[in-house]
Amino acid sequence: MITIRNLKKTFGEGDKKMIVLDNFNADFEEGKVTCILGGSGSGKSTVLKHMIGVYQPDSGEIEVDGENIVGMNREQMNKVRKKYGIMFQSGALFNSMTVEENVALPLREHTGLNESTIKIMVKMKLEMVGLRGAEHLKPSQISGGMLKRISLARAISLDPKIVFYDEPSAGLDPISIGVIDQLIKDLSNKMGITSIVVTHELASAFRIADKIIMLFKGEIISSGTPDEIKNSKDPRVVQFINGLPDGPIPFSKSQRDYGEELKEMTFYN
Amino acid sequence: MIMTVQFFGYIGRKAFRVKDTFADLFKEISGVYYLTRHTLYCSFIEPLKGKPIKWGSMWIQMEEVGVKSALIVFLTLFLIGVILAIQTAYQMSQFGALEYVGALVGVAITRELGPLMAALVMAGRVGAAFTAELGTMKVSDEILALETMALDPVKFLIVPRFLALIIMLPCLTILGNLMGIFGGFLVGITTLGIDPIIYIDRSIEALQVKDVFSGLFKSGMFALIIVMIGSYLAFVIEGGAEKVGQNTRSAVVTSMILIIISDMVFTAFFFFLE
Repeated sequence: MITIRNLKKTFGEGDKKMIVLDNFNADFEEGKVTCILGGSGSGKSTVLKHMIGVYQPDSGEIEVDGENIVGMNREQMNKVRKKYGIMFQSGALFNSMTVEENVALPLREHTGLNESTIKIMVKMKLEMVGLRGAEHLKPSQISGGMLKRISLARAISLDPKIVFYDEPSAGLDPISIGVIDQLIKDLSNKMGITSIVVTHELASAFRIADKIIMLFKGEIISSGTPDEIKNSKDPRVVQFINGLPDGPIPFSKSQRDYGEELKEMTFYN
Repeated sequence: MIMTVQFFGYIGRKAFRVKDTFADLFKEISGVYYLTRHTLYCSFIEPLKGKPIKWGSMWIQMEEVGVKSALIVFLTLFLIGVILAIQTAYQMSQFGALEYVGALVGVAITRELGPLMAALVMAGRVGAAFTAELGTMKVSDEILALETMALDPVKFLIVPRFLALIIMLPCLTILGNLMGIFGGFLVGITTLGIDPIIYIDRSIEALQVKDVFSGLFKSGMFALIIVMIGSYLAFVIEGGAEKVGQNTRSAVVTSMILIIISDMVFTAFFFFLE
């Protein structure tokens, strides 16, 4: 469904140039749930933003349904985006609109359906996420977990082929995580939706994923089924899934030696 | 020797910094230009191609920027009329031309002060609200969400605001002009003791239709400045609440300065046109 080939992305210029992704390759299969795992700063969100066309890569190809989306203009990209549903980390619901208007927005804009059909469809989508009855609330009046579920309802309102989830379970209680995991799995199994989940929640990744891709510093260090990842011998994977403080993945993000930096500190008084 | 090297080093660094400043400035100018072009395209050309404007949100914005700003614009211009009449009365009476106060107030307000003061008040009231609102949407990924739903944020957010302001600001300016003239009239016939008939006669003699139209043309341009600066500075926000505050402040300051500069340009233009 989505194929990424030789993706390269750098940020900044000159001395501050930072290579985030270098020679990145990945495949996301149709109708399967693929989880992208990795610590903070490993390039997970950057990969996601390339796939939804927010970032343009320095080089490389991203094929969606056989079409290369790199270098597409706005109109071509919009055609591809109609196949997408995206659930943002913060929800990104429109605060000026009610829940119903939020979920109905893609339907009103992209389909010629009449108002009563749209109302029925909104109700169906809200029922899927278990929030029927919240239609007339504003996003500021509902809790974080409900926000994410409504964001999911909006993401699937156009019955997309591909759904992206950016940290679907960050900051939620265990029951809400379980509900959202179940939803992601059901959508893929019953409706054949391709799901791409960016997360660092291990338990939920192991529960829902058909395939896990593990990133470290913009490189894939391991990929395979949840069982393959669990049994991996790679020390970086072992450290990540066990949450060990010591190992090949450093905790400190600073480049320079701690002692050197302390010695160089000067004080004027 | 070392002093010379340091001196040239200093000059070199300064020169680079000046170059960067100009490069940034041109980047901003071209950003505003492209945004403006896209906004004009979406508001006037796309509807002809069968993609209608969002009327619903336009009505809401018209109420927000027009109806709700009416009181403050009227009050400002009414008081400007009163002040103008009192201030000029003393000078005029020295020439024995007290009755011309009406003409002066009328012309000054319709040509200059009406559009300018209305635009300045709106830059503070509406420009700040645009930047703060759109900036918060940008920070909370709402604008990104619109884009990824294949919806154009310019068409969705800027065009209704632009059309609302470009319709409502001239309307407010006309009504504000009347309030200003009325303020001058009240002072003229009471405190200054000018005969009402003469006051109105002198005003009508001095006013020309083209004064009103040049004022309206200006207020249309001011509306464009307020909306484009306000939305551009909102769309470039990266980061958090701090940047929203900073950009809201710069939006108000920048649009006020640009309004005054463009007012000067248009005034000179209309002056030499005659």
